[in-house]
Amino acid sequence: MSNLIDSFSNFLYKKRNFLFLLFLLPPLLWLGIVYLGSLIVFLFHSLFHLDGFTGKIVYEVSFSTIIELFSTRANIDILLRTVTLAACVSIGAAVIGFPVAYYMAKFTSPKMKIFFYLAIMLPLWSSYLVRVYSWKLILAKEGIINWFFSKLHLTWLLESFLSLPIVGGPSLSISYTGMFLVFTYIWLPFMIIPIQASLERVPNSLINASYDLGANKKDTFYKIILPLALPGIAAGSIFTFSLTLGDYIIPYIIGTSKFFIGQAVYTHQGTAGNVPLAAAFSLVPIGVMTIYIYLAKKLGAFNAL
Amino acid sequence: MKIALKLESINKSYGEVVALKDINLEVYDGEFFSLLGPSGSGKTTCLKVIAGFENSDTGSVNLFDEYVTDKPPFKRLVNTVFQDYALFPHMNVYQNVGYSLRIKKISKEIQDQKIKQMLSIVKLEGYSNRKPNELSGGQRQRVALARSLINEPKILLLDEPLGALDLKLREQMQVELKNLQRQFKTTFIYVTHDQQEALSMSDRIAIFNNGSIDQIDTPNNIYLNPKSSFVADFVGTTSIINKEFSKKYFNYDQSFSIRPENIKINSTNVSADDFKIEAIISEVQFHGSYLKILFKFNEIQLIAFHYINLSSKDEFVIGDQKILSFSKSEIKNLNE
Repeated sequence: MSNLIDSFSNFLYKKRNFLFLLFLLPPLLWLGIVYLGSLIVFLFHSLFHLDGFTGKIVYEVSFSTIIELFSTRANIDILLRTVTLAACVSIGAAVIGFPVAYYMAKFTSPKMKIFFYLAIMLPLWSSYLVRVYSWKLILAKEGIINWFFSKLHLTWLLESFLSLPIVGGPSLSISYTGMFLVFTYIWLPFMIIPIQASLERVPNSLINASYDLGANKKDTFYKIILPLALPGIAAGSIFTFSLTLGDYIIPYIIGTSKFFIGQAVYTHQGTAGNVPLAAAFSLVPIGVMTIYIYLAKKLGAFNAL
Repeated sequence: MKIALKLESINKSYGEVVALKDINLEVYDGEFFSLLGPSGSGKTTCLKVIAGFENSDTGSVNLFDEYVTDKPPFKRLVNTVFQDYALFPHMNVYQNVGYSLRIKKISKEIQDQKIKQMLSIVKLEGYSNRKPNELSGGQRQRVALARSLINEPKILLLDEPLGALDLKLREQMQVELKNLQRQFKTTFIYVTHDQQEALSMSDRIAIFNNGSIDQIDTPNNIYLNPKSSFVADFVGTTSIINKEFSKKYFNYDQSFSIRPENIKINSTNVSADDFKIEAIISEVQFHGSYLKILFKFNEIQLIAFHYINLSSKDEFVIGDQKILSFSKSEIKNLNE
């Protein structure tokens, strides 16, 4: 028996590829069939369409559903609204996240760095729903932000901000501003960690060399630090952008009555039973992300990789 | 002579660790000046204080009679060639070399002219579009030099610039560095742990030992008249006999050092005044043109060279006994 095991182990050692196959088969099956397969089947539904009269799916390949998606004003509004918010959230997260990441990468002691990692990752340990609902309370009319403004006798400022078109609303908890804040908060760790990792790889001697060659802090930031951190910012923004594109809980809890892509997918495949349109909606984030990554690559975001 | 750099009572510590202890230094304009010492002796920290990357705790830094102690690196008329070259990975050779000119917003035509001239000086024409990771170690070194020299610095600081190169390339670059220094008439301050490099290239050398300077002198004087046992030991090969053994075995009242080339093996030409001992061979190393032989004499280790000579039939076998002699005039007294 032990002889058999022995020769089998010898066989595995010699035939490395067989061993790899053995290990890779389960994840490949999972990824290939269960994950990608079901995704493709779902997306393929966008080529079918719903019979308006019977409410049944007609299994004939046509572009009518996709054409319907892009020819309805309300649908286009949903797409534009979602993409704009996702872009704003990505920019916001990058602007807030960069200084934190820079401080972590360049100024902290190893112990402080662990503290920072914990502080950034800790929110991810608690339920996403709990965090969104707690933001709902923070942003509510009776919430701490309103209280803070009233204590400072600045309620008028908040009120006049809320009366602005687009960014305003009846209260912060029912406005695009609120959604922007909550999205930015929720996805911030996904932005900070990749930027921090990319800055960690920039040796201090490069920054010193830039100073040495006569560049002040501003020049050094724009010509050396930012270009070298760009792959990290791009990676982080891929997270924040795609996560925002697909989310339907935050728009549901914080948002106004106006739909976002996630909600559209949710309602069309659920109550409305219009799986083809839901599938067509979910094509959009994939398309947008493909274009986004292509443009980022073209602009040289991954050159320093 | 004009003083290019003046350091006065520089002290620097990192927490408990003292990196620099009361450093006083004057470097003359146009000099090739080396900071030599083992790793951790403070020479690189000293360079960083001169460049402005580190602030000293006390003391002052003057560059050409200008007090720069509190100035940031980009306001000092020095440039640095870094140990790891610190080439910007996202820029090609042309952009790297032209970086300081772009910062100064010099016109594109003059930039182009200067960069091309600089690239031809360091023999890198045709490499303009290469990225640093597409270059060999020696080529990166040249780009780093070009990038610093294009700025026409009054003082160029070099932090172990040849450390990462292989021996042949290092010897070649040593010659080129000297040529560049003569051509640009720039003061070079050169950090190295390689005593051979320091001895062969420098006009003067400062020997760093544990955060302070033991001796500042010409290579010749450093080698021939080391002021401390550390200098004697660190520069060149030497045998050091401390006071106790010196008294016990040589009847001589002082610790001293002796260079291997001054120790004669089985010589017949020994005067009555010379030291003469019988020692046992403990190790023989082949060095091409000579043998380096380690002798054991009681508790003392002595190093001697034997220059290989086809006519001689001398054999050196570990365990053999030989007579070593050296003249009193060739030993160097050391103050511990």
